[in-house]
Amino acid sequence: MKRALRAMSRMMKGMASVRANSGACAVTIMLTVLLPGAAPAGDSIVIGGKIFTEAYVLGEIAAQTVEASSTVPVTRKLGMGSTGILFEALKSGAIDVYSDYTGTLAEAILKKPDLKSLDEIRAALGALDLTISGSLGFNDTYALAVKESFAEQHQLHTIGDLIPIQSGVRAAFSYEFMDRKDGYPGLVNNYHLAFDTQKVSRMEHSLSFQAIDQNAVDLIDVYSTDAKIKKLHLRLLKDDHNYFPVYQAVWVASKSFVAEHPREWQALLALEGRISETAMLDMNAQADIQKIPFNKIAAQFLGSEARNSEGWWQEVGRRTREHLWLVGVSLLFSVLVGIPLGIAAVRFHATGQAILLSSAIIQTVPSLALLCFLIPVFGVGTKPALAALCLYSLLPVVLNTFTGIRAVNPIHLENARAFGLNRRQVLFRVVLPLASPTLLAGIKTATIVSIGTATLAALVGAGGYGAPIVSGLALNDVHTILTGAIPAALMALVAHGIFELLGVVLIPAGLRRRS
Amino acid sequence: MLELQNIYKTFEDRAVLVDVNLMVPKGATHALIGSSGSGKTTLLRITLGLIPFDKGYVKINGHALLSFTPVEWADRIGYVPQDGGLFPHITARNNVALIAKLRGWGKSKIDERVEELRKIVDLDAEILGRFPREMSGGQKQRVAIMRAAMMDPAVMLLDEPMAALDPLIRSSLQQELKSIFQRLNKTVLLVTHDLGEAVFLAEQITMLHEGRMVQTGAYGDLLLRPASPFVTQFINAQRTLPDAGDVR
Repeated sequence: MKRALRAMSRMMKGMASVRANSGACAVTIMLTVLLPGAAPAGDSIVIGGKIFTEAYVLGEIAAQTVEASSTVPVTRKLGMGSTGILFEALKSGAIDVYSDYTGTLAEAILKKPDLKSLDEIRAALGALDLTISGSLGFNDTYALAVKESFAEQHQLHTIGDLIPIQSGVRAAFSYEFMDRKDGYPGLVNNYHLAFDTQKVSRMEHSLSFQAIDQNAVDLIDVYSTDAKIKKLHLRLLKDDHNYFPVYQAVWVASKSFVAEHPREWQALLALEGRISETAMLDMNAQADIQKIPFNKIAAQFLGSEARNSEGWWQEVGRRTREHLWLVGVSLLFSVLVGIPLGIAAVRFHATGQAILLSSAIIQTVPSLALLCFLIPVFGVGTKPALAALCLYSLLPVVLNTFTGIRAVNPIHLENARAFGLNRRQVLFRVVLPLASPTLLAGIKTATIVSIGTATLAALVGAGGYGAPIVSGLALNDVHTILTGAIPAALMALVAHGIFELLGVVLIPAGLRRRS
Repeated sequence: MLELQNIYKTFEDRAVLVDVNLMVPKGATHALIGSSGSGKTTLLRITLGLIPFDKGYVKINGHALLSFTPVEWADRIGYVPQDGGLFPHITARNNVALIAKLRGWGKSKIDERVEELRKIVDLDAEILGRFPREMSGGQKQRVAIMRAAMMDPAVMLLDEPMAALDPLIRSSLQQELKSIFQRLNKTVLLVTHDLGEAVFLAEQITMLHEGRMVQTGAYGDLLLRPASPFVTQFINAQRTLPDAGDVR
């Protein structure tokens, strides 16, 4: 999962740079003018976090550590998409600290996979005005795992211990592990292993756990702090050749944060070496398996009392306000900008085609890529989310304005001119009222699409109904997912109803269907 | 009085109207007749001030079109489009009152004028509250005439007033229209391809063919003293039903 996200973030960054050269650029510039620039972290310390269990736990630990050492309020922006998003957020000052892994930093951010030591990586990040802590105490890397019973039976402690039984071992490895040079191919070389290739199968990662649990295989590849290791009573085989790349967990912070909040940074540094692999694995298991809230897990680890977490209703209320704000602002934008653009598209043919084409192109940019692309401009939080939603809700409004106006019988326009109506009067007295049913349908589509798309805003820390959906997905917890998904669906239903009512008010009675 | 003097119009080097002259005295009803492609619709749009023309004058009571603003011209020439041309999204009353409202008339003045016109066209008061889609062809036509007459224009211009109507309604409305014109006491130009309509409603007829005037005169002149074989051909073409004697 983590490695998949790392890969995805690289892909998205590539896409973003391609898009930067295309038509979307002009629209971004327009939005830059309309919305103020990237938000500084301001008076609160912002803790970011990626979108998997361990990152939530570490994010909560960081947040509570800072809270305990400081009077500055702490803002949590956990569950923010992938490495690319977090990195941009950190650079733009939208977040101050998040947790990452040395291997990821070297590979995905610095693009220098050869950098191994903490000092090398810290030095390279320094050029970007970023810094890292020392290792938090655990290494979340590839590992080989067998069942405890199997290990006992064959006296297995290290990878090398597999050699005596290698021809009989049934193994299931993930696709990525099989294909990465620093995965299976290098492993067998390094340890001089000779598995029976007939007994080594490729398998989707999550299925391999099931396979080993049901004794269908004996050996699988895992991430060393995966909660399922504990749940399924697996034993990790020690990598005594230090073959696997190191993924030491560290805090990543901007230098300006370190300079402005030395006390808080010291408090975070005090956690160096404090989180062992077992401790991390335990905490992941508490979250994934026992469904204990992250703030309780963190509090327990830090030996403090968890603050009272929000009640269910309180959370839904807050998420509703966040979501409504996102949808409302983007809708206002799409109406105020989309309708004039649609009118312009009718009046000026060439410009019109350009407007329609560019709003259609924006629509084809995947939402995650668009968000990633907007972060350098707007930072993280509500602004890039609003910018993306505005861009997405533009097309239905522009297109329906254009289509609605074009569908007005030209006879009415000529008649209006013959009666001495000027352009303005023709537009407001004749054209827009006649186009209003199509126009309103466009605004309705934009609203409902916005309500759905706004759930992705959580990936850039904008909150809304997406936040529980994202953390529910990370935890594989359907209940949490539904906390976001059901209100979002309800909001869409309510929006539908509101537009039915608006139709009665806004569409001239002469155009309405007879009841 | 409506005058069209030496009107020329070309579209992309093709002569659409060549030296068209037409004079409708105050209070008279004149028909402009021609088949499709004769240039009559172009002439109508020129008269309304919707499209420019190459040469000539359009005058109302001696004042040329080009000396007026579009709004001033629109208030001097009341236009009844084909099929009424009512705006579908507003009621009959609002269709009639729209232009007066835009010119800043007060409510009582508008109501008074609407009521006056309603009586002239003999329309049920209840119809004024309806939307165009709820009205019959004849009702729409009357409302359209009210709208055209609202600003008390010197000239009324009607485009194919009967074209879209059922034949039976047509004959009764024709009668009605004639008396409405008398009551309104306006200078009327109607544009039509239907000779029967032209003969019934207008004292004088101008026949247009391929952008040129073929003949102007009363029906009797056209019938008995045709200016060209085309006039006779046009008249005969519209007398389509055989006489009773010919059927046996």
